[in-house]
Amino acid sequence: MTSISPSNAPLVQFLLRRADDALILGHRLSEWVGHAPMLEEEMALGNMGLDLIGQARSLYQYAGEVEGAGHSEDDFAYLRRESAYRNVLLVEQPNGDFAETMIRQFFYAAFADPYWRAMKASSDPTIAAIAAKSEKEMTYHLRHSAEWVVRLGDSTAEARRRIEAAISRFWPFTGELFSSDELDASVIATGAAIDPDTIRAEWLATVQSVFVRAKLTVPTSTWMHRGGRSGQHSEHFGHLLSELQYMQRAVPGAVW
Amino acid sequence: MSTPNSPIWEVFIRSRNGLSHKHVGSLHAADSVMALQAARDLYTRRGEGLSIWVVPSNAIIASDPADKDMMFEPTASKIYRHPTFYEIPDEVGHM
Repeated sequence: MTSISPSNAPLVQFLLRRADDALILGHRLSEWVGHAPMLEEEMALGNMGLDLIGQARSLYQYAGEVEGAGHSEDDFAYLRRESAYRNVLLVEQPNGDFAETMIRQFFYAAFADPYWRAMKASSDPTIAAIAAKSEKEMTYHLRHSAEWVVRLGDSTAEARRRIEAAISRFWPFTGELFSSDELDASVIATGAAIDPDTIRAEWLATVQSVFVRAKLTVPTSTWMHRGGRSGQHSEHFGHLLSELQYMQRAVPGAVW
Repeated sequence: MSTPNSPIWEVFIRSRNGLSHKHVGSLHAADSVMALQAARDLYTRRGEGLSIWVVPSNAIIASDPADKDMMFEPTASKIYRHPTFYEIPDEVGHM
């Protein structure tokens, strides 16, 4: 089965970066199905995963339209090689325990919620429409994950130990959310996208206010992992793709 | 999957065109905030609702099933309470 090589046109690559963030995080959440600590949270994790995969679909469809090479959403999602995925490293990290999954979700949602809100002003009407739908979903992800962070932080010694370990693990992956390069800059210059760094202050304020409620401390370290946006992934990513791509690789062109 | 050590809540949903909240089921949640979120995630996935109530199950005072003869039996013989004995003028239409 051959793999596809998407166009390097800036808008296509920009859309793939955002779509890959949503697809990979959605896939990670789907791994909880059947394993969540309680039925209620099983549904919550599955719902959030479906929201993200829905966002990815819209972005892949539009990337295919802009690219004009006949690639479908499934082609982008299932038929690229590892290095062609451009998601941030945060979203591909393994789920770990429930506290780790919730912190990863919280860090991502605290960015994605204001990011999509700002993107509603995109000069590109399709992106603005995707942003309007995504914003509502991410507002709920942020609220739900934040409430869990508060309950795990201000709770038993065991819960607190786990959430603190989760914060230490994922904090160095948060910097990449705000990064951009020349490719992003050329899309930002057209007014189709915003500079993600303009979200940083709001993100930090959200993290601080939730951590105060949770009696947790915001880390001060500034060293951050980088690489996902240029296709350099962590060792976990290949394993994730082998699961994600299995069906399309085994039964090419399979549809519902 | 273990049963969590958290209270049970009863969930009531007001649907798009419904006038009153209807009982739809129950769930486990640690507190009222999480109960509302869980109700949203469990019971409104297909656009069922516009408003949710959650009530601690132990706040509901229920009639005793053993009292059902005393409570409900006496109405069975009072069929005149049903509106089937009245002529409804055609102009009224469907009631």
